Parts: sequence; structure tokens; C-alpha cells
Amino acid sequence: MADRIILRVTRYRPESDTEPTTQEHEIPLRKEWSVLDGLNHIKDHLDGTLSYRWSCRMGVCGSCGMTVNGEPKLTCATFLGDYAPGPVRVEPLSNFPVVRDLVVDIGDFMRKLPRVKPWLIRSEQEPPAAGEYPQLPAEREEYEQFSMCINCMLCYAACPVYALDEEFLGPAAIALAQRYNLDSRDQGASERTDVLSAAEGIWACTFVGECSAVCPKDVDPAGAIQRYKFTAAMDSLKALLLPRGAR
Amino acid sequence: MTLSHDVLIVGGGGAGLRAAIAVAEDDPRLTVAIVSKVYPMRSHTVSAEGGAAAVIRPDDSLDEHAYDTISGGDWLCAQDAVEVFVKEAPEELLRLEHWGCPWSREPDGRVAVRPFGGMKRMRTWFAADKTGFHLLHTLFQTSLRYERIARYDEWYVTRLLVDDGRVAGVVAVELMSGRIEAITAKAVILCTGGCGQIYPFTTNAAIKTGDGMGLAYRAGAPLKDMEFVQYHPTGLPFTGILITEAARAEGGWLINKDGYRYLQDYDLGTPSPTPVLRSMELGPRDRLSQAFVQEVEKGRTVDTPYGPIVHLDLRHLGETVIDARLPFVRELCRSYENIDPVRELIPVRPVVHYMMGGVHTDIYGSTPLEGLFAAGEVACVSINGANRLGSNSLPELLVFGARAGRAAASFASGVQGAGTSVRPAVRAQVEDERRRLERDLLQRDGGKEPISAIREEMRATMEEGAGIYRSGSSLAKAADRLSVLQERFRSVRLEDRSRTFNTELLAALELSFMLDVAESIVHCALRREESRGAHQRVDFPARDDHRFLANSLVYRDADGSRRVEYPPVTITRWPPGERVYGR
Repeated sequence: MADRIILRVTRYRPESDTEPTTQEHEIPLRKEWSVLDGLNHIKDHLDGTLSYRWSCRMGVCGSCGMTVNGEPKLTCATFLGDYAPGPVRVEPLSNFPVVRDLVVDIGDFMRKLPRVKPWLIRSEQEPPAAGEYPQLPAEREEYEQFSMCINCMLCYAACPVYALDEEFLGPAAIALAQRYNLDSRDQGASERTDVLSAAEGIWACTFVGECSAVCPKDVDPAGAIQRYKFTAAMDSLKALLLPRGAR
Repeated sequence: MTLSHDVLIVGGGGAGLRAAIAVAEDDPRLTVAIVSKVYPMRSHTVSAEGGAAAVIRPDDSLDEHAYDTISGGDWLCAQDAVEVFVKEAPEELLRLEHWGCPWSREPDGRVAVRPFGGMKRMRTWFAADKTGFHLLHTLFQTSLRYERIARYDEWYVTRLLVDDGRVAGVVAVELMSGRIEAITAKAVILCTGGCGQIYPFTTNAAIKTGDGMGLAYRAGAPLKDMEFVQYHPTGLPFTGILITEAARAEGGWLINKDGYRYLQDYDLGTPSPTPVLRSMELGPRDRLSQAFVQEVEKGRTVDTPYGPIVHLDLRHLGETVIDARLPFVRELCRSYENIDPVRELIPVRPVVHYMMGGVHTDIYGSTPLEGLFAAGEVACVSINGANRLGSNSLPELLVFGARAGRAAASFASGVQGAGTSVRPAVRAQVEDERRRLERDLLQRDGGKEPISAIREEMRATMEEGAGIYRSGSSLAKAADRLSVLQERFRSVRLEDRSRTFNTELLAALELSFMLDVAESIVHCALRREESRGAHQRVDFPARDDHRFLANSLVYRDADGSRRVEYPPVTITRWPPGERVYGR
């Protein structure tokens, strides 16, 4: 393995640049270095003005999503050695407005999140002293996968529907709604129906499945969407076929 | 325009979110906001793995949890705070359950518990080995129900405003736009977490730069017990990524280069095939990290490019147990070490993990500076004493986050007058801070000291001078080096003039807080001439209850000088005794 590698990094400073440019840096290639380690080497030793987000560097805080050689990746969990001999292209996540360099504006997602009511809804809230709501291990497994989302936005960056229609709720928000819908302790599925079943909800998804392919935590948002489509279709069938009292 | 709230919370991790919900539920007339330098779900609570302790089983008792905590803390804990903590922890964890936290379950549907280091009973609740992640996301998502909780996401607080001895708000920079604003408040709660980034090798995320400790210290509030820095015994080499104590609680062994379970040589008990509570691998973190250093000195560790290591052996647990109880450990080992713990040994070494010390508070989260509150790792309410037990920090941030929220709400309700009229003294502080940020940092020319050079030297200084073992001479040297670094920081070099998401400015401000906090650690460590818990002085190897059954309170006076006071430890029912593990 060569001991150096080239990183081609997108730069964009709104005060001075009319459009993004590419900056090239040669950095050490060490086998344990992630792409993020490479960016940190640039920031600490070559160009202190490069801006990007990062924090936990263990793949759980969701801050450091970027486009690496064309694919959305968590840069802390993507290793330079896998791209040798390089060069490696690092760009901001697609489908989001770029704020600066590798930093994108995820405000749209943050505004959508509360609309799916991602919290446990009970008809009656019991006091803690009443003890836990029982949940069998199998019931926990029902929603566990959808509870693993770290909001890293890779699925939005990969989603061709979101690319065309920013009204689309998007993979992570829908998966999170399903996380609560499928939780045996939750009684709020009907309160999430309107948002999920609206035109910009599940029905906008054309099931390309890119979201699940890029998800670093195997959440499978595409599966969540398919599953909810089935539920919604069954509900509307029941509404047509059954008398009111039997629903 | 003046931004103003009744209660302002700095930091949106576990403690900050819990405090915000407490304020929102306590008094619907109050306005509350969270200012956080990252989106709340990015906060470092997300990285906690192993679990959260609270008495839930009939064979357990509050007194036993209290005793484990106090003996684990080498009798430096405030016992009144510990009593409150163990009493309220179960209710807080149940509340999280009611809010949807996916706690792991027993076959009958009850919440499951696992053993943990230094705990005599099984009382650690867990959500596989992603407990902090689930706890943080549950809190964040639940907080979205409360439309009254306003948020300043990606705003960085640079200074506390103080009006005639009372907190009046903060000055903060919005990262996206670079605008600098005063946000006034009747009460401020600091929930900014710890400062592991002061050291070179840490489990802590990049954002853990001691901001809240620095803010309070500069505003005249004392920091407490700063010399007590926890090294977690099992971090991955190079990255410092945490391998949870739960790996040992599930039955993992620590072995040296000869395959020998070396903890048996350090008064921690005798090896048995299955885990024994308060024994061997389930001893407290301070003792385990100290044992590692002894093994290095005996030449019984394995040398690697990243220094000496020992091995954590999980192979005998089998794939089923590892996947069910420790899936994240397996994921981390595969990603970052290219090994599979089902078949291979995990290389580990001690790594800076947690600050027992922090902003001094009482059991209501109230600091000596009127209107200023603190909770979570940034605070020192003294439940952790000289060494925190694993799985006590998550319930701590819930119990004391909630308490600080309620206390701040009650304080704010009692403050007369709207927060909108800003008094001249406060306005002058705002202008002063604006000048510092704009003229002294953003527009400065001729700075020559790179941020990263000062930061790296600070980290090396701390590891060499104030690590697992310290001495009077190592600490004195560290103190000298830190004052040189403070001087060098005055000519720090900033090349980025942009207002938009200027992370270089952020890094400089964080470094400045870290230098102040590092100095407080070193100076307190130098003055404490005894060994207790995580503070081990090779020149004073014994605990000295005669001189130091006392907390260190360090103040920074207006002229920049330091003053340390030693109020006695609060003892209620557990007189100081010997810490006994494994016998």
C-alpha cells in the first residue's frame, strides 16, 4: 500500500464563492485511518478553514455523513485504505442545500420529524410508580430495527424521490413513525395516519430501496414504508368492506 | 431584537433534555429554550453503552445501591446527594420506559437488569449495548411533544452574562450565520457534559471540550473535585472507542500477554469462570485501570504501535450471547479493529472517560452563583466521589436534570420583571464579548500559534502530568507547561474569516475553555496530597481522611488568580471505611 493518498474535497464559502470548487490535498495513508481522520489531518495541519461536522467518531452520533466517491457514507466508518490508491472524492451530502464546504442544511428533516409524532402515545398516561408497561422480548423485536436510526441523513441523500420532491416525508421520518406504530406499548397509530398516508407520505415512495442500501445501521426504511403501505391498504379495504362497528 | 426566555438550558444531551421537559411540565407559564452546539440527538449521551443503574428487584435495596456508590467513590461522595439519587433513579428509569425507551426485557416482559462493575446486585437496566443512544433519542423525540421547548440548534455559548451577582443569560454564536446574540434568561442550566478532549486518548466525542465548566468558572462559580478523572479500563487502541463494561458483566475476562487473568494479583478477588459481583473484572474502574499500569511496569502487556495493551476475551460467551447482549461491541470491533470478538481477542487499554468533578451544585442542581444551575457530567453534585461506578451516570443525568429543571423553574417564577429590559451592565458585557469574538479572534492578523499545536501539547501535558498516576513534580511541571500554553493561546492563529459555519473559530473557543479546565484539574491534583479513587499520587500513596475527607472547590477570582477551599464531605449514614472487592 502506498503511504500517501489524494483527497479531493469540495469547498464552498457563500460569502466569496459563486459555486463549489474542489481542493486537492495529499495526506498520509494509514491503514486505520477513516476518511474523517483524513479530513481532520487536513484541518489540523494543512488548511484550518475546511468546515465539516463530526463528533463521536464511532458511528452513532450521525454527524459526519458526506458523499465519498459518489456514495453517501458516514466518514468515521469509511476507511481510506478501501479507496487506495485513490484519489478519494469527498463532497457534501446530495439533496440538501449546502451551507458551507461539506456542511449541509438538514433543517427540512428537523421540521418534518415532529409531524410524524415520534413519541409514545397512550390513551391514559400512567404514573411511573405503576411500574413498567410489560413488553415481551418478541414484541420488542417487532420495532427494534426501526429504533436504530441515528438520523444521519444518508437515506435522504440517496433517495431519488426526495431529490425531486422535497415535500416527501422521507425514509428516516417514516421509519421512525413505524418504530412507534409497531411498539406494543403505543396506542397512537391512528394519530399518525394522516401524515403518513398523505400524498407526500408513504405513497410518494416508488420503492427504489436506495435508502435501505445506504443505511449504516440496517434500519431498512424501505421495508418500513412497504409494511405501512400494506397496513394502510388493508385499513382502507376494511373501511370499504366492513360495517362500521367491525373495524 | 432581544432573545429572551425564563429558563435557558445550555446543552441538549440527556441532562439538558430532561431538564427542559421538567421545566415545561412544571409551570406552563414559563418559557424554556435549549441552546446546543450540535443538534440534540448528536449529543455525547448517544455514545453511552452499558446501562443505567436503579434498584428494581426485590432482592435489592436503596441502601445497597447507596453503599456501592459511596464505597466505589472512596468516600468522597456527598451522602445526602447519593440518598436522593438512589431513591429517585428507579422512578426516572420507569418514566423513560413510559416514554418509549426500548429497555431490554426478561422473558416475562419485565425490564431486564445486568451486573455491572462495583455493584453488589444486578440493577443495571440496559437497551442491548446502546443504552445511551436509546435514552437520548427517546428523550429528544419525547421533547418534540412540547412545542413550548424552543431550541437554538447549532448555537455556541461563549459567555455567561452576570448582573449584580445573578445570572442574566448568555452570549451565543449561531454557527450557520455567524451572528452573535445575547439570549437573556432568569435562570440558566448548564448541561454541557464533560471534557475528555483535554486528554490525548479518550472515549469522549470531539464536542466534549468542557465548555460549561469553563463558562461557570469564568463567571465566578467554583468547580469541585476536578482532580478526579476517570480512566475506563477498556478502550480500543488508536481510536479510544469504548468497549462497554457490560462486556465484562456478561462474563468477559481481562488477560495479559501470558493469557493470565492478572486482576487476581491486585486484591480484586480470585478468578471464577462466571462473573462474581464486586470481584475481578467487575471491580471498580479506578482499580482496574491502575492494575493495567502495574502490568505495564511488570512487562506483562503486549506492545503495539499505539502503546501497550491487554486483551479482553469474550470468545467463551459465544456468538448468541454476544449478538443478543453486546451487538454494538461486535460491530465496533469489526469496523475499527478488523476483528471478530466471537473468535478473537479484543485489544484494550485504559482511556479517559469521565469527569467526576465539575461545576459545584447542591442536590437541587443549584450553584453558588445565583440563577445558575448545572446537571449531568458538567456538574458535580458529588454522587460519584473519587470514582464513578459504571451505569450511575445515565440515571444521574435524569435525576439531577429533572431536579435542576424544577429548581430553575421555581427560581425563575420568583424573579420579578420581564427579561426583555437589559440593564446597562449586562449590555456592556454583551458588547465586550462581541468585541472579543469579532476583533480579537475573527479579524485578528498576525497570530502565529496553530490551534492544533497548542491542543496537542495540552493533551500530552495532561497525560504525562495528570494521568492514572501523578506526583507533585509531574503536576508542577504540567502546571508550568499549561501556563505557557495559555500565553501562546493569546497569539493563536485564525485563518478563517468567514461568518458561515466557522469551525476554526469554534475550535479556538473550545481550546480556550479546555485550557482553563485543564489548569483547574492540575492545580487541584497538586494540592491534594493523598491517593483516593481515581487520584493516585505516587508521592502520597495512602488515603488521608484526616486532611482530605473534603471536596476541593476551586474558584477563579476576578483578577485571574485561583483559590481552593476544602469543605468537609457530607456524611450521613456511612462512615469512611475500607474499599473491599473480591474478598
